[in-house]
Amino acid sequence: MEQFRKGLVFILAGWSGYFVMAIELLSGRILAPNFGSSIYVWGGVITVFMLALSVGYLLGGHLSVHAPSLRRLGYLMLGAAVATLPVVFWGEPLLDRIFEFAHDPRYGSLLASSVLFFLPTAISGTVSPYSIRLLVKQLHVSGKSAGSLYFVSTFGSAVGTICTSFYLVLWFEINQIFIGMIAVSVLIGLVAVLLGGLHDKK
Amino acid sequence: MIRNKWVAALVAGMLLGNAAWAGATELYNKKSLYRNILVYEDDGLRCMKFGRTTGSRQSCIQLSDHDKLIFNYTKMMMAALYLNPEPKHILIVGLGGGTLPSALRKLFPASQIDVVEIDPAVAEVAQRFFYFSSTGNTKVFEEDGRVFVKRALKQKAKYDLVMLDAFDHEYIPEHMLTKEFLLEVRGLLTEKGVLAANTFSSSRLYDYESATYYSVFGDFYRLNKNNRVILLRKGGLPAMSEIVGNAKKFEDRFRPLDTGKHELLPLLAVESGWPADTKILTDQYSPSNLLNAQR
Repeated sequence: MEQFRKGLVFILAGWSGYFVMAIELLSGRILAPNFGSSIYVWGGVITVFMLALSVGYLLGGHLSVHAPSLRRLGYLMLGAAVATLPVVFWGEPLLDRIFEFAHDPRYGSLLASSVLFFLPTAISGTVSPYSIRLLVKQLHVSGKSAGSLYFVSTFGSAVGTICTSFYLVLWFEINQIFIGMIAVSVLIGLVAVLLGGLHDKK
Repeated sequence: MIRNKWVAALVAGMLLGNAAWAGATELYNKKSLYRNILVYEDDGLRCMKFGRTTGSRQSCIQLSDHDKLIFNYTKMMMAALYLNPEPKHILIVGLGGGTLPSALRKLFPASQIDVVEIDPAVAEVAQRFFYFSSTGNTKVFEEDGRVFVKRALKQKAKYDLVMLDAFDHEYIPEHMLTKEFLLEVRGLLTEKGVLAANTFSSSRLYDYESATYYSVFGDFYRLNKNNRVILLRKGGLPAMSEIVGNAKKFEDRFRPLDTGKHELLPLLAVESGWPADTKILTDQYSPSNLLNAQR
């Protein structure tokens, strides 16, 4: 059981890495109709994702101090999924609104990516440090646990990047990819919540 | 001795490689924000290339006669005038060496020509090496084509002629080949406004592109050589008789451009024949570069 729980933590971290990079890649696509694909649009996107992740790491670390559990990690994953929904349902009208008043596409794209992607990315960022807390049992192997976790989550990011840019955009519409990924997040998040809940009761 | 020969051959090869192409003179070679821009002269032509030595030529002028159009596609783009012979307001997306705006400027000294170019370095090179001039009623806007079109639409700008020439041979800005973009372009066209688009002629993208244009404009003409030029008029295609009539009027004025009706009219045909279930490219689904890579 313990092995299974550990595996699940890695799955959550790996999927979170996939999720963030796939969204980052598609965000350029989502912004292009309003702000173009100039170098500064990508600059704005990457800035917002990095900022959001940095805040997420900080927050995840803090959260992990009080009663860390697999169940709560599951909630974080569910939270990131829910926070992504507005991109699918209100993305277009929101971008049109911002286009109305943002005359400089640099700040337009910066604002747009903040509004749409900051929250889901920041929540996704909490997953890694929180997972490390769940994995670490002894001080002397804490670096090893952190290393394995970085490996899995960054590997997930690599997989998310190549799958999305090479194949998924050829097979699906952007919103279909988003809904598919949100569904996977909800599924994995629910499994963690349920399994974590069982464990807590014991 | 043999080894020395090999070394000599290698060194010679490297030297040649540096001179790029025997006989060519390099005038300019610089990395811009988006690409490497190379300007060189060879065999009486001055050309702009993207990439280092392997890229294809973007733009060329003949040094002894700047007015002459060198590339087939630029000549085919001029056939747009057969559909609307007096454009007062012209929009060109993609500057390159400025071949199209320069040619149109000579034909219509009083018309307003707006050119959108994303890369400031390309705009600079066009002025410095290709006799392009953005003065008076020729204006260059250094920004993304889609953003310009959206903004122009909001400001209720109208154009009698729009030319799309933003694709190079290996990269398509995907947000400029979607149904939504073409709807925005249609919104910019005057009642009998004409759209001319320089596109590809041989890849899996061809049918997707046809279906997408058709979904916005209905029937359209195409001229195919190594590129495909798509030509259409808002509110329906003009009859062939009207086109032939206009073509006659342009015969003398097209002569300096080194083209004319004998060359352009036989190429003109209504596009057809793509499968009925071809997917339309949209802002949600636009893998144009992936499709273009598939033959």
